[in-house]
Amino acid sequence: MPHDDHDDDHGHHHHDHGQDLPSQMALRVKALESLLVEKGLVDPAALDAIVETYEHKVGPRNGARVVARAWSDPEYKARLMADATAAIAELGYMGRQGEHMVAVENTAGVHNLVVCTLCSCYPWPVLGLPPVWYKSAPYRSRAVIDPRGVMAEFGLTVSEDVEVRVWDSTAEVRYIVIPQRPAGTQGLTEEALAELVSRNSMIGVEKVKDR
Amino acid sequence: MNSVHDMGGMHGLGPIDPDRDQPIFHADWEKRVLAMNLTVSAWRKWNIDASRHEIELIPGQDYLRMSYYEKWFSRLVSLSLKAGLITDDEVASGRPAPGTAKADPPLKGEAVAAMLAHGGPANRDVEAASRFCVGDAVRARTINPTGHTRLPRYARGRCGVIERHHGAHVLPDSNAHFRGEAPQHLYTVRFAARELWGEAAGARDGVYLDLWESYLEPA
Repeated sequence: MPHDDHDDDHGHHHHDHGQDLPSQMALRVKALESLLVEKGLVDPAALDAIVETYEHKVGPRNGARVVARAWSDPEYKARLMADATAAIAELGYMGRQGEHMVAVENTAGVHNLVVCTLCSCYPWPVLGLPPVWYKSAPYRSRAVIDPRGVMAEFGLTVSEDVEVRVWDSTAEVRYIVIPQRPAGTQGLTEEALAELVSRNSMIGVEKVKDR
Repeated sequence: MNSVHDMGGMHGLGPIDPDRDQPIFHADWEKRVLAMNLTVSAWRKWNIDASRHEIELIPGQDYLRMSYYEKWFSRLVSLSLKAGLITDDEVASGRPAPGTAKADPPLKGEAVAAMLAHGGPANRDVEAASRFCVGDAVRARTINPTGHTRLPRYARGRCGVIERHHGAHVLPDSNAHFRGEAPQHLYTVRFAARELWGEAAGARDGVYLDLWESYLEPA
């Protein structure tokens, strides 16, 4: 099905392979929303609050602050590795799809990669909603059987003498990767460190680059 | 169920598009679909496991064709129909059936922040002692249930080691079918990559899965 590029709600990216033209999806969604609102099944203000939350309030900056704190404060890092849910809640991040958090740490000898092969489980309070590639069949299918090949597609080569650990999120436990602190960052403030931490580095498909 | 959603280890599904600049939402309708799923679930007519299972019930050829939020839309409609919140006629017309009394939504805008902050913890207290300890050798059982399960095919029959015990969590295999939460002890199990994939896999590498006690047997 060709993409309807002049449709204003499609955007520029070939993100999916839907048979429905986006405009048709938009119409169907609008019809369902008005039905649900007219029946009193949903409060439109609740819809708006949820969209506002995941569009503007919750995202990978949260996770980056967790990582920067862990890099800066050894006692915080110890708490994070022992009970990530509680340690992350110290920074105010908690709740839906982050109820049971585990932090896994990259070191010189270990590299971690997170996936959900069965659906698209992802730690929303610290990373926000998942990117398209994380939810896609190519990533979900291959991250477990060929993690090194998958990481190479992101431009990341992990040495053969490094142990690769893939975390398949099959239950309600959600994983965040604590990347290695890059060289050349001594003396940086926590805020400056957080700026260096990308979403992808907390999934495990990138490293945080040396400065 | 052994449907295409259980895709760990498959080949041939194409290259990854690692575009770092993709927006989280590509269209306004995707935002509304996300929000409607969360708000309608506040009626508690279903649970998170039933909602995952509903997406697995999408026929395989459609599952692979549909985008993520198209699947969420399909799941919301089908669950709402099954729960009797809406009818086929109402979906077709986009209007409430004549004479329908307007309900009072259980989730108001001002309660959203608290709802999201609370989430839905899956841990439960159980009396049963855990069967396995960290370090125990286990085998994932060979099962092929036609209903919901969170034991992927690629791990079935394979041996691993208990890495971590999470206490007891709601069992999706039961909860998805409204047969109760039936909480069981949950463990992170480490499988050597070569145990799962053979000699071509990295010698040091491992895959970790969170598995319920009934998925496991001593090895």
